Amino acid sequence: MAIKTEEMVLNMGPQHPSTHGVLRLELELEGELVLNVIPHLGYLHRCFEKHCEAMTYPQVVPYTDRMDYLASMSNNLGYAITVERLLGIEIPERVEYIRVIMAELQRIASHMVALGTYGVDIGAFTPFLFLFAEREKILTIFEETCGARLLYNYIWVGGLSHDIHPDFVRKTKDFVRDFKPRITELNNLLSYNKIFVERTANIGILPADVAINYGITGPNLRASGIKWDLRKNDPYSIYDRFEFDIPVGEGLYGTTGDSWDRYYLRVLEMEQSIKIIEQAIDNIPDGDVQSAVPKRIKPPKGSIYTRVENPKGELGYFIISDGSLNPFRVKVRAPSFVNMEVFNELCKGHFVADIITILGSIDVVLGEIDR
Amino acid sequence: MYDFLVNLVGNNIVAFFIAAALPLFLFILPYALLAVLAERKVSAHMQDRLGPMRTGYHGILQTVADILKLIQKEDLRASSTDKSLFNFAPYLVFMGSFAAFAVLPFSSFFIGSSIDVGLFYFLAISSLVVAGILMGGWSSNNKYSLLGAMRSVSQIISYEIPTAVVVLTMVMITGSLNLHTISDQQTAFFWNWNILGGTLPGIAKFLLIPLMLGAFIIIFISTLAEVNRTPFDIPEAESELVAGFFTEYSGMRFAMFFLAEYANMLAVSFLITILFFGGYHSPLGYLGNTLGVEWLVPIEQFFWFASKGLIFVLIQMWLRWTLPRLRVDQLMTVCWKYLIPYSIAILLLVGLVTLI
Amino acid sequence: MSVEEIIQKLKDKFPHSEIIIDNELPVEPFVVINALELPQICKFLRDDESLLFDTLMNLSGVDDNNATKVKDEEGNEKLEGRTLSVYYHLHSMKLDHKLALKVSVPIEKPEVESVESIWKCADWHEREAFDMYGIIFLNHPNLIRILMPYDWEEGSYPLRKDFETPEFYNGMKIPY
Repeated sequence: MAIKTEEMVLNMGPQHPSTHGVLRLELELEGELVLNVIPHLGYLHRCFEKHCEAMTYPQVVPYTDRMDYLASMSNNLGYAITVERLLGIEIPERVEYIRVIMAELQRIASHMVALGTYGVDIGAFTPFLFLFAEREKILTIFEETCGARLLYNYIWVGGLSHDIHPDFVRKTKDFVRDFKPRITELNNLLSYNKIFVERTANIGILPADVAINYGITGPNLRASGIKWDLRKNDPYSIYDRFEFDIPVGEGLYGTTGDSWDRYYLRVLEMEQSIKIIEQAIDNIPDGDVQSAVPKRIKPPKGSIYTRVENPKGELGYFIISDGSLNPFRVKVRAPSFVNMEVFNELCKGHFVADIITILGSIDVVLGEIDR
Repeated sequence: MYDFLVNLVGNNIVAFFIAAALPLFLFILPYALLAVLAERKVSAHMQDRLGPMRTGYHGILQTVADILKLIQKEDLRASSTDKSLFNFAPYLVFMGSFAAFAVLPFSSFFIGSSIDVGLFYFLAISSLVVAGILMGGWSSNNKYSLLGAMRSVSQIISYEIPTAVVVLTMVMITGSLNLHTISDQQTAFFWNWNILGGTLPGIAKFLLIPLMLGAFIIIFISTLAEVNRTPFDIPEAESELVAGFFTEYSGMRFAMFFLAEYANMLAVSFLITILFFGGYHSPLGYLGNTLGVEWLVPIEQFFWFASKGLIFVLIQMWLRWTLPRLRVDQLMTVCWKYLIPYSIAILLLVGLVTLI
Repeated sequence: MSVEEIIQKLKDKFPHSEIIIDNELPVEPFVVINALELPQICKFLRDDESLLFDTLMNLSGVDDNNATKVKDEEGNEKLEGRTLSVYYHLHSMKLDHKLALKVSVPIEKPEVESVESIWKCADWHEREAFDMYGIIFLNHPNLIRILMPYDWEEGSYPLRKDFETPEFYNGMKIPY
C-alpha cells in the first residue's frame, strides 16, 4: 500500500522576522523543498491613489513619502519632476543640485538598509549595525535640513521646503570621507565571506530576458547583466552633468543574476552615489530655493508618465489632470510591486532558507507594494 | 572530595547528592547568568554599541532582571499542544545539559563523580538534549517548531559522529575514559598538553602535534554544531523559522531552553579543555607548590579550568557575531563530506603514531 | 522612432482596425485602440523588428467619469456613455522609444483582453486594475483581488469615482 503524502502549506508572515514588513507568503513545501510560493499582498493598503484625487497637487507630496518609506526623498523627487513637467516650469540650479545630493544620499541610506537586513536574513547581525550607524549620519543630515528623519516632505513642486543647513556641506563631506573605508569593511566582513557566498551565489538566478519580460528594474535588472539606468539612459534633473558608471552583475562567484550579484550591485552603487555627491557638493550655486514654487498649481488638461530611478528601481508616476486643482488620477508604478512578481519564478525548487535569501536580495518595501 | 564529604556529613547518599549538586549551584548557574550578560556585552562592543547599561553598574544585573521577569510571566500554552510532552521537554533539555557537568573535574579535588566511563557518560547524557528538542518541536503543533526540531535532530545526530571519532582518538592516546585521569596525564607544564602531543616520548610527540591540531579543529566545529551556535544555528534560525523548536514557549520554560543552551556551550568547551588543553592543570606550575601552601593548589586549578573553558565560550560568541549562517544541506555537506572522513583519517594516523 | 511613425506602421499592419492618435492634450500623445484587438497589436508591437517594445512600464486603469446626459424615448434623463480606460505605457529597451496605448470600454461591460501572455509584468497590474476598477481582463490566468481583501464586497471597486465607503466590513464598522 502506498503511503499517502501531501505537501505541507506553510504560512510565512504577515508577522515574520524576515518578510520585510507585512507580507504573507504561502509556501507549498515538500520537506524543506519549496514547490510554489503565493504572495498575498494588501496588509498595508491605504489606497493612496484615492486620497490623491481629493488633494491638491502640493498636498500629495507627503503621501508619496509613505510609499517607499526608506527612500522618501526619491519618491518626492519623482513626484515633483512629474508635476513640473506637466506644468512646464523651470527649476533654479541650486534646487537641482540639492535635489540630486539628497536623492543620492537617500539612495545610499536605502541600500544600507537593504544590505544590512540582508545580512540579518542570512544570520550575520553585525554588518547590520555597522551600516545603521552610518545611515544614522545621513538621517542626521536630513534632520538638520528639514526636521524629519524618515518622512521628509522636503522636495516640493518647483522647489524645496527649506534651504540647506549652513553645516550641510561640511557634514556631507565628512560623511563621504568616513563612508568609503566602511564599504571596504563591509566587503571584508560580509560580501566575500565564504559562508555568505555559499548561501547566495547561484541562488535565485534571474536571467536577463526573464527580467525584461517581467519588467524588473533597478539594481535587480542591472544584476542580471543589463546596463540600464534611467539616470544615464533617460536623464532627469541634472544627472547628465555628472560622471559615474553603471555597475552590472558579472556573476563573480556564481551565475550572472544570482542573489550575490544583486547584493553586491548595491554595494557598487553606493560607491557611484558617493562619486556623484563628491562632484555635486562643491558646485551648489547660490539662489533662492523657493523662487520657482508656484502659488497655485493648476496644470493644463493632459496626462503624463514620468519615471525616475529610485533605489529600488524605476518609480513611475502617471498623472492625469483634468485642468482643476486636484489630480484626476494618480497611478504609481511602484518598483517593488513589479519586482515582487517574479518572486515565485525565482523560488521554485529552492529550500525554505533560500526563500529568505531571495526575498532579501530583491529588496522590497511593503509600503510601496501596497501603497 | 567525595571522601571528604562522607567524613563531613557521615552518610554516603547525602554526600553523593551534595557532591553532584555542588558544581551546579556553585558554578553553572552563576555562569549561565553571566554568560547571557557577556553575550550581550560582547556583541554590543563588537557592534560599536554599549549594550545594557541601566540595571546596575554597566548593566551587570540585566540577566537577573530578565530572569525575574521571565519567572513572573504567565505560563502560556497553546490549546492544541500535546500537554505532557510540551511541559516535559524544557526540563529534559535542561537536565541533559546540566547533568553533563557531573563528571567534569573542576580541579583535582572538586569533581562531581569520578566514574571510569566519564567520557562515555558525557557523550550519552548530552545526547539527551535531542530527545527534548524533538519533544518540544513536535508537541508545539507548530510548523516552524516542527521544521526547527527536525533540522536540529538531524544536525545534532550527524555531528555526534565526528565528535565521537575524535573522542575515540583521544581515548587511544590516553588509554582512559575517565576525565580525571585524562586531565592528570597532562600535568606539569603546557608542553604536556595533548594538543602538543601529550606525554608521548620522542619523535611520536612531534608527529602527533599536527594531527592533534586537526582533531582539535574538527571537534571544535562539530561541538559548535551540537550546541546550535552560529554558523550552525539553523534549528533556531531566527530569520527563517522565527525561533525554531521553542517558538511556542514563553516564560520560565523558554528560559530553561535558553539557560540550557549556555550550559551546553560551557560543557563542550570544558570537554575540549580536558581533551586537548590539560584540563585543570596550570600551564606554568602552581604558586601553591612554590610557596608550600597546599590548599591554594585546588583553587588555582579551578581558576585555570574555568578560564580555559570561558575562553572557548568567548570564541563561540565571537564567531556568532561575525559569521552568517549555513543552509541545512550545506551543514550536512560539511559534516558528512569533510569532518567525518578527516576525523577517521586522523584516527588511523594516530593509531600508527602510537605504535612507534 | 517617433509616435507618428509607429502609428503609420500600425495602420499599415492592421488596416481594418480603428487606430486613433490622440494628441489634443498638450503633454503626451497616446494611441487609442480597440479593446478586442489589443493582444494582436501588442504582440506585433513586441515582436516587430523595428518596434521591439519589450517592457510594459506601466498599466493603469482609469475611470473616465465622462457620462453624458441623454434623453430616452420617454423623455427621462439618464447618464450614458461612461467608460473605463486602460493605459499601457510601453518602452523598448533595445531601441529606446516609448508609446502609450489607451483602450476604452463601456462601464456596463468592462472587458479587455489580457496582455499577461505578452508581458508577464501585466499580471499584477491587471489584477490591480480589476481590484480597483472592476475591469475584467479576459484570458487572465488568475484574476482575483490583489490589494483589497479577498472577501471584499463583490461589485465594489474603490477607485471608481462613484465609490462610496461601505458602512460595514465583515460586521465591523468602517468609518470608526
